[in-house]
Order: sequence, then C-alpha cells, then structure tokens
Amino acid sequence: MPVRTWRKPLDAEKIKVPKGEVHIIKNRCKGCGFCIEFCPKEVLEESEELNERGVHPPKVKDESRCALCSFCTAVCPDFAIFTVEKNCEGGC
Amino acid sequence: MDEGKVGLSSRRFMMGDIACVEGAIAAGCRFFAGYPITPATEIAEGMARRLPQVGGVYIQMEDEIGSMAAIIGASYAGVKSMTATSGPGFSLMMENIGLAVMTETPCVVVNVMRGGPSTGQPTMPGQQDVMQARWGSHGDYEIIALAPSSVQEMFDLTVEAFNLSETYRVPVMVLADEIVGHMWERVKIPPTQSIEVVNRKKPTASTKDYAPFKPDDDLVPPMGFFGEGYNFHATGLTHDERGHPQTESAEAQQKLVQRLCDKIRKNSDKILRVEKTTLEDAEVAVVAYGIVARASLSAVVKARAAGIKAGLLRLVTLWPFPDKEVAKVARKVKAVVVPEMNCGQIVREVERAAKETSVFFLSKLGEEPHKPSEILEAIRRTQK
Amino acid sequence: MEELEHPYEKFLRRGRIPHIWCEGCGNGIILSCFAQALNDLNMDLDKVVVVSGIGCIGRVSGYTNTDSYHTTHGRPIAFATGVKLANPELKVVVISGDGDLFAIGGNHFIHAARRNMDLQVICANNFVYGMTGGQHGPTTPLDAWTTTTPYGNIEHTFNLVHLAAACGAVYVARWTALHVRRLTESIKKALQKEGFSFIEVVSPCPELFGRYNRMETGIKMMQWFKEVSEVRHFSDPAKAEITPQKIVVGEFVDIEKPSYSRLLKEMAEKAKTQEQ
Repeated sequence: MPVRTWRKPLDAEKIKVPKGEVHIIKNRCKGCGFCIEFCPKEVLEESEELNERGVHPPKVKDESRCALCSFCTAVCPDFAIFTVEKNCEGGC
Repeated sequence: MDEGKVGLSSRRFMMGDIACVEGAIAAGCRFFAGYPITPATEIAEGMARRLPQVGGVYIQMEDEIGSMAAIIGASYAGVKSMTATSGPGFSLMMENIGLAVMTETPCVVVNVMRGGPSTGQPTMPGQQDVMQARWGSHGDYEIIALAPSSVQEMFDLTVEAFNLSETYRVPVMVLADEIVGHMWERVKIPPTQSIEVVNRKKPTASTKDYAPFKPDDDLVPPMGFFGEGYNFHATGLTHDERGHPQTESAEAQQKLVQRLCDKIRKNSDKILRVEKTTLEDAEVAVVAYGIVARASLSAVVKARAAGIKAGLLRLVTLWPFPDKEVAKVARKVKAVVVPEMNCGQIVREVERAAKETSVFFLSKLGEEPHKPSEILEAIRRTQK
Repeated sequence: MEELEHPYEKFLRRGRIPHIWCEGCGNGIILSCFAQALNDLNMDLDKVVVVSGIGCIGRVSGYTNTDSYHTTHGRPIAFATGVKLANPELKVVVISGDGDLFAIGGNHFIHAARRNMDLQVICANNFVYGMTGGQHGPTTPLDAWTTTTPYGNIEHTFNLVHLAAACGAVYVARWTALHVRRLTESIKKALQKEGFSFIEVVSPCPELFGRYNRMETGIKMMQWFKEVSEVRHFSDPAKAEITPQKIVVGEFVDIEKPSYSRLLKEMAEKAKTQEQ
C-alpha cells in the first residue's frame, strides 16, 4: 500500500526510494519460505525448480517493487538470499 | 617472597598448600579459579592473596564445575591456569577434565586428597582418589599425575606439573594428601630465573593455515591462543585437525582418541620419575607414594639396620604408571610391599607390573598414615 | 547473478555453510543478526571469541569466523569467564540455548550476572531441548507437548528476562527471531556495553516444538510471533510473560554498574601497593 501523504515531500526529487537487486544462492536454500512470506513488497515467490536439496528456492516475481529493505537478507536463516542496491543512473 | 634470593632468605618455613601456591606462581601461573574445600582451601586463599600481587587473576567460582571450565578458558586465552580441590570437587570436575583432555588444554589440577568416599573425613588424609585421577572422566584418555611427599615437593612438583602440562598439552594432576598439604616444613625456593619454566609450543604456520590439532612428530600440536588472529575453533566433539566436529567418521575417532593416548604413552619415558633407595641388592621392595612414602623410607632404613635387605621405590609420577620401573624391581626381589591409605588402588597396578612376584598390600584408613613400625612388620612378614 | 558473495560471508567459516540447522530454524537468523551486528560495528574479528554450549545453537561457534569454543553442556559462561579474565582485550560472546544456559548451566548464569562479568549472552529460546529430539526444558510453556511431557507439561516456566534482571544484568532484552532489526540493534548495544548483557531470542523450532504443538512450519511459528508479540520497552520484566496469547518483547533493563573487570583492575592496583 503506498503511503498517503498530504503533500509531496519537498525533497522528493532528491531523495528517491532505493531500488534493490535480489540475489539468491539457490543451493543454500532450505525452503523455509521466510523471505517470500515476510517481504513487505511481495517481490518473491516460490519457484518451480528444485535445488540440490530437493526444495523450491524463491524466485523474484517483480524486482521493480524491491525497495532494498533487506529484510530477506536479515531473516534468511541460511545466508541464501541478499539484496544489493541497484545502480539507477540510467533510470530504473 | 616471589623473588627467591640465593642464601638463607630463600629458605622458608611454610605449609604444603602454600608451597604449592608459590610453585605455581614460580612456574608462571597467572590464573586460578577455585572453590573452597578442606584441605585445599589454603591454596585458594594463597592464590587470592598472591595472584593480584604478580598481575594475575583469582576468581572464586560458584562451584568446581565452573572452576574447571574457567581454567580451560583462561588457558585458551594464553594464560597458565590452575585449580585446587579435594575429593568431592574432583568428582565434579571430571566432565570438564575430559574436555581439557579432548581439547588438549594445558592446565594443572591439584587434588589434596582426603578421606572419602563422598563427604568422608574432610580433615583426614587419604589416597583414595588415585585411580579416579586416571579413570575418572568418561572415554579413553591419558593424563599425568604427580604425588608429592613433602612440602618441598609441593613446590617442585607443582612447577613440574605446569611444565609437563605445557609440553604435552594435557591436564596434569598434583595428587597431594591432607598431611602433605597441611604440614609445615622447610622449603628452599630457588631464584626465579634459575627455575626451569616450559611454555607451550607456538605455531609456526601462518594464521590462515593454522590447524589447532595437527600434531608435530612428538604427537603434540603447537598451541595458538585466542586473540592472535588464528580464529580457530575447538570443541569437545570428536574433531579433525582443523578443530571441526567429525561426529560421523570412524576414522576421525580412531585417529584422535588413539593420538590422545599415545601422546602420553609414547612419551612416558620422558615423563616418568621414580626415586630409588637401597634397591640394588634388595630382597624386598616397598613401593609407595605421597606421605606414606615418608614412613616407608623410615621403615626401610630400620629394616636395613635389622639386617633385612629392603629397598624403597617411591613413585613420584603415578600416571602414566611406571610399569617398567616396577617390573624391573619386582624381577630382582622376592616380595613387594605396597602400603596405601585406601582399600587397594595403586597396588593393582603394581601387581600387574610385578607379574609373578608376590605383592603384599597394607591398607590404612583414617587420620594417620602407616607407622614405620607397621610397614617394618609387613617387611618382616615377607621374610618368613 | 550468483557470482556475488553474500555480504556476511567473511563472518562465516569457509566450507562450513550450509549449517546443520533445519529449515525454518531460528538459529540461522540469530547467526545472521550477530554477523550483521559485527559488520555494523566494524569489530576486529581477531578479538572476538564466540563460546557456545551443547545443543543445536551450540553448533554456532563452529560457524563463526572467529576464535571459538564449544564447551560441555551448561558451561559456556564459566569458560567465557576464564577467557575474559585472562585477556580483557577480547570481546567474549556466549551464544547458547535455553536448556544449556538455564537448566544445567543455571548456576553459572546467575553468578556471572551477579558479578556483572563483562560478557554478552545471547540465548536461543526455542522452548525445548532440540538436539536430542524435543524434550521439555525450563522454558517449555505449561501444557505444551514434548517427548518427555506426553500428557502436557506440568512445570511452570522460567521468565528469563525476569531472572536476568533479578540477578543483576545491566542490559536485558527479549526479541523474537522475527524482530531481526531490533535484535541486531540490541546485539550492537550489548556488544558496546560494559558488564553483563543478556538477550533472549524467542526462536522457532518448527521441526520439534512446532510440530508437537500444532505449528509445524517455520512460517506458522513466525506468524504466531507476529500476531502475539507486544513491544513493551522498560516494562516490569517480572510481568513479561510468554503465553500462547502474548509474547512481551523489548528492552527491559539498561543500567550502568561497574563491571567485574573494572573492579578487578582497581583491586589489582591496590594489591600491588600493599604489603603481602
């Protein structure tokens, strides 16, 4: 849900919501689903493929929604997913 | 007091427990964690007074289990450490003694033995923990144990205990008894610089390549400690040379446990010490240790005066057991007498080593060790 | 995409990841938050020592790229005491479980807290003895099913933050494994604080406690945390209960008190000048 503000912030042109790139180390994933369940922007979903462990790692559903909150990075118990800031020089 | 000077001032009159404290400090001990227990309390009190004076740390832990854990921690942080207790505390320490053995931690555990089992007779001497020192923790392992017979030896053998623990990366026990711990005798304290102090082997590998449990040819791994950049892991689980747990591998278990035993067994010639008195032509040998060896010496001297060819083999090292020395003596004599303040512990080892030679056990429990006359009587009986 | 290294890779021991913990286990999250805290504080890893006891969380010391030691059951705090006193320059952190720290290790916990020993203790509270298959422990909730309480647990549970506060800890906090941000901040705070800090992490064990008590997946347990957690900073720790309907989280104690190391240093200076 977008934040509803009374007015546009004065520095809206300067301060942009960061964009994130999601990296998934597929073979580390144990399929707990925390990243998918708790991503506030619903960027991820369970993939169809199976990794070495026989589980479905996550896959990016819509990376444009990722705001680099890095909750997935923090909550993944297996160091299998992390975000990196996207370089938005040419626009994202 | 710490800087012993040559000459009269280096002779002190002190209690055994305090001589142990001075020996530890002379050997470089700078950490003590313990719990009060008769008759080892004076060691804790002595350490509480002396360690802060020499830049060391004393802490009284909540129990003996914590004490043993803390001295392992201090040793891993690079500081020579010690604890002191008696029977009941010794039992509590057993699990962590196993941890010290498994993680090859140099440390010294003093057990001033008293009457047992259980609470027993706290103020009376005993030699009832000598087997426990060897077998008390679960699993298969070897440790080193020394038995002082005098206040001077409380000093000297504590120094030796530290040196042995550093050389072999193993906990070393000093098995004193209440009498040796509480009696007062003259002690000669050598100048600090003349006391031989051994420190653990330092790693020669780089910090990245260091494997904390990779042995040298002497079966002892060099020891890095915390904070030096090695960033190693140590665990009580069976582990590989890098210290990582190996709970599924039979090979890892075989290799590690066998080495922990061999480390002491294969080096036993360098570790063992016994003291022989008039054994060259002896027909009966007394094998004794601790305070009982004092009375035994007197008995042997009296026996010789009465024309009996007696000799004394005093065990300074109890573990690893001086098999070969005892066997050598047993082959030459007709009988062996073993007086102990228990119901039969070291005598079993003597019997094993003595093979066909008759071994006579003389038990005594309670406040006094054997009188020389009692041991002499036993020697006489072997002549019949 | 996969060539990039995980940002916390340098905090992990090479070749030891993936770790042994189950899917959905909170232990990995605790390790992750710890790594982030070390990262944010730019701590010298050569001076950090991680000590753990026996249990699933006990394996954590084998995964951190620091000096580390895995003790016997219940003894990490006593071991850590020895390390810290022998070398006060080291940052000594104990990470262990509810049974290890509060059942068999209870005595060492209360005394280290009482002494205000310079240690940071992080407790993974998953309500059971996980490594051995899910037996009950001192934090198992009343009525819960475990393998040793097949008719429901009849033992009242410890309130760990109350216990820590009562023993004299200078920093006491509780978070669930879902509160990753606040947990990381608490760890950072504890690492920079003099004295004995205690952080309880209510952690999911979906494979055992969860399955035995109708929360079979990590997600179900984390959803439970999400629904019933209430942040109550500096509320009375005695009333900070954990029930099926409420988990009170937050920081409970944040005080200043001279640590053991500080008093030891003062005493040592005094001792050097005194006659023996």
